Amino acid sequence: MLKKDVVVIGGGPAGMAAAVAAYDAGCKDVLILERENALGGILKQCIHNGFGLHNFGEELTGPEYAKRYKDEVEKRNIPYMTDTTVLSIDENKNIVALNSEKGVVEIEAKSIILCMGCRERPRGALSISGTRPAGVFTAGAAQKFVNIKGYLPGREVVILGSGDIGLIMARRMTLEGAHVKAVCELMPYSGGLARNIEQCLNDFNIPLKLSHTVVKVHGEKRVTGVTIARVDEKRCPIKETEEFIPCDTLLLSVGLIPENELTTSAGIALDPITNGAFVDQNRETGTDGVFAAGNVLHVHDLADFASKEAETAGCAAAEYVKSGLEKTRDIKIKTDGKVRYTVPQRITADTDVKMYFRVSDVFKNVTFTVKDGEEVIFSKKAIGAAPGEMEEITLKKETVEKIKSGEITVGLEAK
Amino acid sequence: MKRDFTCIVCPKGCQIHAEFEGSEIINIEGHTCKRGVAYVTDELTCPKRTLTTTVATNSDIMVPVRTNAAVPKELLFDCMKEINKIVLDKSVKTGDIIIKDILGTGADVIATGDAEL
Amino acid sequence: MYDVAIIGAGVIGALTARELSRYNLKCVVLEKENDVAMGTSKANSAIVHAGFDAKEGSKKAYFNVKGSEMMEKVASELGVKYIRNGSLVLAFDDEDMKTVEELYERGVKNGVKGLFILNREELIKVEPNIGDDAVGALHATTGAIICPYGLAIAAMGNAMDNGCELKTNFNVKNIEKGEGKYIIASDNETVEASFVVNAAGLFADELNKNLEASHFSTHPRKGEYFVMDKAQGSLVKSTVFVTPSAKGKGILVSPTVDGNLLLGPTADDIEDKTDIETTDEGAAKIRSQAMRSVKGIDMRKVITSFAGLRAVGNTGDFEITAKDNYVAAMGIESPGLSASPAIAEHIAELLFGMGLKKEENKDFNPVRRPMDFFKALSKDEKNALIKERPSYGRIVCRCEEITEGEIIDALTLNPKAKDLDGVKRRTRSGMGRCQGGFCSPSVTELIAKISGVAYEDVTKTGEGSGINFERTKGGVKNA
Repeated sequence: MLKKDVVVIGGGPAGMAAAVAAYDAGCKDVLILERENALGGILKQCIHNGFGLHNFGEELTGPEYAKRYKDEVEKRNIPYMTDTTVLSIDENKNIVALNSEKGVVEIEAKSIILCMGCRERPRGALSISGTRPAGVFTAGAAQKFVNIKGYLPGREVVILGSGDIGLIMARRMTLEGAHVKAVCELMPYSGGLARNIEQCLNDFNIPLKLSHTVVKVHGEKRVTGVTIARVDEKRCPIKETEEFIPCDTLLLSVGLIPENELTTSAGIALDPITNGAFVDQNRETGTDGVFAAGNVLHVHDLADFASKEAETAGCAAAEYVKSGLEKTRDIKIKTDGKVRYTVPQRITADTDVKMYFRVSDVFKNVTFTVKDGEEVIFSKKAIGAAPGEMEEITLKKETVEKIKSGEITVGLEAK
Repeated sequence: MKRDFTCIVCPKGCQIHAEFEGSEIINIEGHTCKRGVAYVTDELTCPKRTLTTTVATNSDIMVPVRTNAAVPKELLFDCMKEINKIVLDKSVKTGDIIIKDILGTGADVIATGDAEL
Repeated sequence: MYDVAIIGAGVIGALTARELSRYNLKCVVLEKENDVAMGTSKANSAIVHAGFDAKEGSKKAYFNVKGSEMMEKVASELGVKYIRNGSLVLAFDDEDMKTVEELYERGVKNGVKGLFILNREELIKVEPNIGDDAVGALHATTGAIICPYGLAIAAMGNAMDNGCELKTNFNVKNIEKGEGKYIIASDNETVEASFVVNAAGLFADELNKNLEASHFSTHPRKGEYFVMDKAQGSLVKSTVFVTPSAKGKGILVSPTVDGNLLLGPTADDIEDKTDIETTDEGAAKIRSQAMRSVKGIDMRKVITSFAGLRAVGNTGDFEITAKDNYVAAMGIESPGLSASPAIAEHIAELLFGMGLKKEENKDFNPVRRPMDFFKALSKDEKNALIKERPSYGRIVCRCEEITEGEIIDALTLNPKAKDLDGVKRRTRSGMGRCQGGFCSPSVTELIAKISGVAYEDVTKTGEGSGINFERTKGGVKNA
């Protein structure tokens, strides 16, 4: 049985950052387990630019961003095992993994940082009726076919969902010679970044059909077309607006789901809204010494944020191993509904608390507030807020110290 | 003339409202940094984009590449044609130049990943 | 020249092939699709019925009860997942309770063991998540679940391991009787055989009309289903039916042998024997009925939906005929899966009765290892295997924990998978919660490498269902 101070599960933008941060915080006995054949995670196939502006002050592509962190990992000689899939973890932080050379690997960890990322929601989850031909892909699968394997999985393409991956793939497929006929979005607003709508759709005159969905897939062997329809306020398709679009491919960019099967198998409770673990400001889960960060905790907009969050977890894991984490407070963080969720969901010490959250609808001229009972202990104004954009606030230590009740509420007021 | 722009310089995506005559900006609002002004100026004269794609190799792997400066938007597909002609047969490192000064744009196409060939 | 040609590689065809491979015979199975188990056997409720449902004295009743008794052994020999989980038929009012009592009586007459009538209190003890409206139920402890396509694949594989041949993409266009033989032709190949078995499922009636005048015909009855995430797989342990109607057994809620939860089927009589589209109406029907039977069903946990067709005969019973060295098994709708081992045995007897030589195959090995076997091994067994073949140490499908080694097995062992769906049905890679989002590019690559086809020629399910078009640019094509 291998013994390690800190084991990081997943070698993507969160995992590498967590490992580096734990090392730099004084814990040198760190190991990264990565299921693919190289570090980098999903960044390896995200060949577009837009990464690193926050963390490196320059605009990088996914592989370049990954390389920055990989270089940091290697500079510190932090060991990592690739081709290694973790099969289980238990309450006592014992890890069982599978590796093609070493076989079954068992590790006893003092601390674990969960950085497994997320998966795409598949067609089945949407129950789109019709046939089941070839040609229906998640945007990420198509991205891997195009960018890693070098093959074009579609020529005449309709995309459902305007999340960033869908938008990026609209441009990518277009550049490689495909014809993207439309991007349909169920909601009245896009889930992707405004700049991606501009540079991935508008630049190529690809129509974005808001409040539209795909109601049926046609084609026996390969997709021959899709029926799309406008939806009403309750997001139900309006029969009279159905329209057939001939195409050979349907790409889905309809949401990401944190991959928490290992987390639940270890008995760690998940927040039903984020689909990630409940954590405190250190990103420590309900099990002492088990941390989570990045998209496995909640889906981020940018890799930069995932890495930053992982640094928090990495530092805390190092401290946990060295001296233990002191828990002097027990403050629950609630939301008012307009704010959908926060991460963390609780505060366990008087310290600066960086909080990420998302809103439930599109709002203009908003004031975000944090209330302790009826008392507003923090507020921040913003021009607008949308579900597609993660918000961030930091509660200062002095503010946290003054919290009287066991519960604070994060909310917003909009004009 | 008046036009709304979505700034693409950073993920913030500022909604910029500009009034202009020809390519001269008379009034501009909504930007949160000076790069927004430069972006709108470019959009009015010669819109530019960074191109990211892949190049083929003599092995079964693809190498990701990008232009190291934005190229005129209207040349994106022509640049793709040039890039698609390349078949790498030597190992490359991140940052290596694959095509120098593509189509006279002044931008180089550089590798964004390492590849052992 | 073959001794026997079996047309159709569903559960009936495949199990018949396996049955015949116990003897020294030259047999061939002709299948029109790119893989076995592509018709009714692929998409059904996956139930081994206890046998209380079919009318006493019918072929359905006889073969169901017999097949159900045989199934456990067949499944264990063939490495097919089978769980005797018991089944419940829920009653929601007094009328339903009467039906439950009738079913009980009928079951007893059919020779079904382990039948009980439960009141609500007893029912809740068996299944705590049963809907609040259920007043009682019939409990059939011998009811079981199985992997239906797994059964057909394994039976075919075992038959092949014991000498049987399989020709896929052999769409029988013509069949005629010659001098002491049958001549069976597809568009590009002809096969001759002394005996013929028609196990062509939905198309068996049409094929039959080539050889004999018959009033028997089949029409398709479509059933739509939802498959739920494994997180919902333990809501019930029994298969939960509602009292049956003229059109079938209603919407059931059942765990699957792989730990998912299955909801369905609808029952719509249609014309087109290839129409397996799912519909919004079907989905709505499943939702409302399933949620009445079982509490706690979370429709956000649906991972996929599908539709299958049952071959419904115009007599209401199975039609199994034997004449002129030709056996036809037609109208094998529910409980056809449950009955399949018994029907296969019966078909073999009919063939021998018509003079097929019966000489035991001394080398016959009834055992076949399952395709997704790795996960269940002990640590030492895993390590030993990985040492021998490191590909068993590489997980390709993370959701179902399927290794590269198992995928290579699926591509190299009988009956070899040739497409993405073929690999999926053998190994479960791509059947998990991500539905192949992560693994399909890697599985595509393995199919190309192992089967020696170009990457862009790999299909989802045979010709015309290619996954990729061309390469995006030059360079070396994937090896």
